[in-house]
Amino acid sequence: MSPITPVLKREFLGYFRSPVAYVFLVVFLAASVGLAFFVGRFFDNGQASLESYFVFHPWLFLFLIPAVGMRLWSEEKRTGTVELLFTLPVTTLQAVLAKFFAAWIFLGIAILLGVVPMAATVGYLGDPDWGVMISSTLGSLLMAGAYLGVCSLMSSLTKNQVISFVLGVIACLVLLFLGWSVFNDVLYAAFPVWLADLLANFSFASHFDAFTRGIIDPKDVVYFLSVAGFSLFLNVLALER
Amino acid sequence: MIEVNGLVKNYGPKRAVDGVSFTVRKGDILGFLGPNGAGKSTTMKMITGFLRPTAGTAVVDGHDVTRDPVAVKRRLGYLPESAPAYGEMTVAEFLAFIAETRGYRDAAARRERVERAINLTHLESVRAQAIETLSKGYKQRVGFAQALLHDPAVLILDEPTDGLDPNQKHEVRSLIKKMAADKAVVLSTHILEEVEAICTRVIIINHGKVVVDETPEQFRARRPGARLDEIFRSLTTADA
Repeated sequence: MSPITPVLKREFLGYFRSPVAYVFLVVFLAASVGLAFFVGRFFDNGQASLESYFVFHPWLFLFLIPAVGMRLWSEEKRTGTVELLFTLPVTTLQAVLAKFFAAWIFLGIAILLGVVPMAATVGYLGDPDWGVMISSTLGSLLMAGAYLGVCSLMSSLTKNQVISFVLGVIACLVLLFLGWSVFNDVLYAAFPVWLADLLANFSFASHFDAFTRGIIDPKDVVYFLSVAGFSLFLNVLALER
Repeated sequence: MIEVNGLVKNYGPKRAVDGVSFTVRKGDILGFLGPNGAGKSTTMKMITGFLRPTAGTAVVDGHDVTRDPVAVKRRLGYLPESAPAYGEMTVAEFLAFIAETRGYRDAAARRERVERAINLTHLESVRAQAIETLSKGYKQRVGFAQALLHDPAVLILDEPTDGLDPNQKHEVRSLIKKMAADKAVVLSTHILEEVEAICTRVIIINHGKVVVDETPEQFRARRPGARLDEIFRSLTTADA
């Protein structure tokens, strides 16, 4: 058995040993549900769907996932435990994967804690399309993984958590804005069409969109997984420098 | 047990370690001395596989650290400077985590390892306490417990007695001595009496180079009657 399990377990339980987990869960649930109710007009829509809930996820993740990801490596570097971790018989890849999956599972729990009661509400009040809800949830989980991969990479670049957070937000912001129409116009004005198309294709938002409409396109799944995978690959390189 | 061959480490244009070579045999307690910034910690970090050497290598118990760092890490116990640990964990939780990561998957075997380490380092009274709430001496002992948990053939200790009171220092030294018979130990220190008290060999490193490699007796005989720190000063300031 590989040492991934104990490292993952320690990291995951670590969230609950400190107030981090509870603060995050409360903020995430309050913000995601609050946005759906007050900005998304969840009830006024009169529709049995979670569209007004999921539509805010890319924006919510923009701040909340860097908050989870910022400590992944920065904290280890600042407290010196990175030296401890990398003198245990663990390879860099194993450590990177263990920490990533611990954080991803934690985010997954947060997302499900938000989705399940919302879905139950909608199911009680109306007759929702469960398929769309499931695909939206899957999309949200995958998108969280991609955000987290980027933030884990940013965290490995510095031992300062504030810098790590800011870098994470900026990197995710760029990846999100690539698909935003206003930003797209700038892209098309500045670059040849093929390049602008290519760049716009790298947006979190446009790939998440299909999921919220009930379409699970393998292209989108591969996109999110490869953003996470490539970030983690760079993360390993950054740590082995 | 440890063979260090021409280790070099550059930090940008600065050369922190410049061709350090030495060997440590089973039963040796090697005192690693030198002024701050001489390259002691860097050398130790390269032996443990934490830092990759710019050139040269270290062979620990037959395994080359540049080729198979995980094999080296399995055979080696390392106490980093100022004994970092996951502060939010309790002593017992932390040691159980180390044991599990070191491959003790069976719960009974793991418990036995943790108990042994706790007993050796006298941590019984704080076992259920979060590490961040411990005093410096206890934190250092937790670092120790972690390093010797898997009964490694090689121990690398970066300033093991730093920040301890005289009683604790004495205790740590006798612990090192007790364990050293069937191990190779490298410890760095600033305290010259420590070298006299426990080390079987002295290496002094200055500006990244080995300037002295001999027994404490030979070291003392360099200038009969002089205090150890005088000899140390003359060796490490002459070429500065």
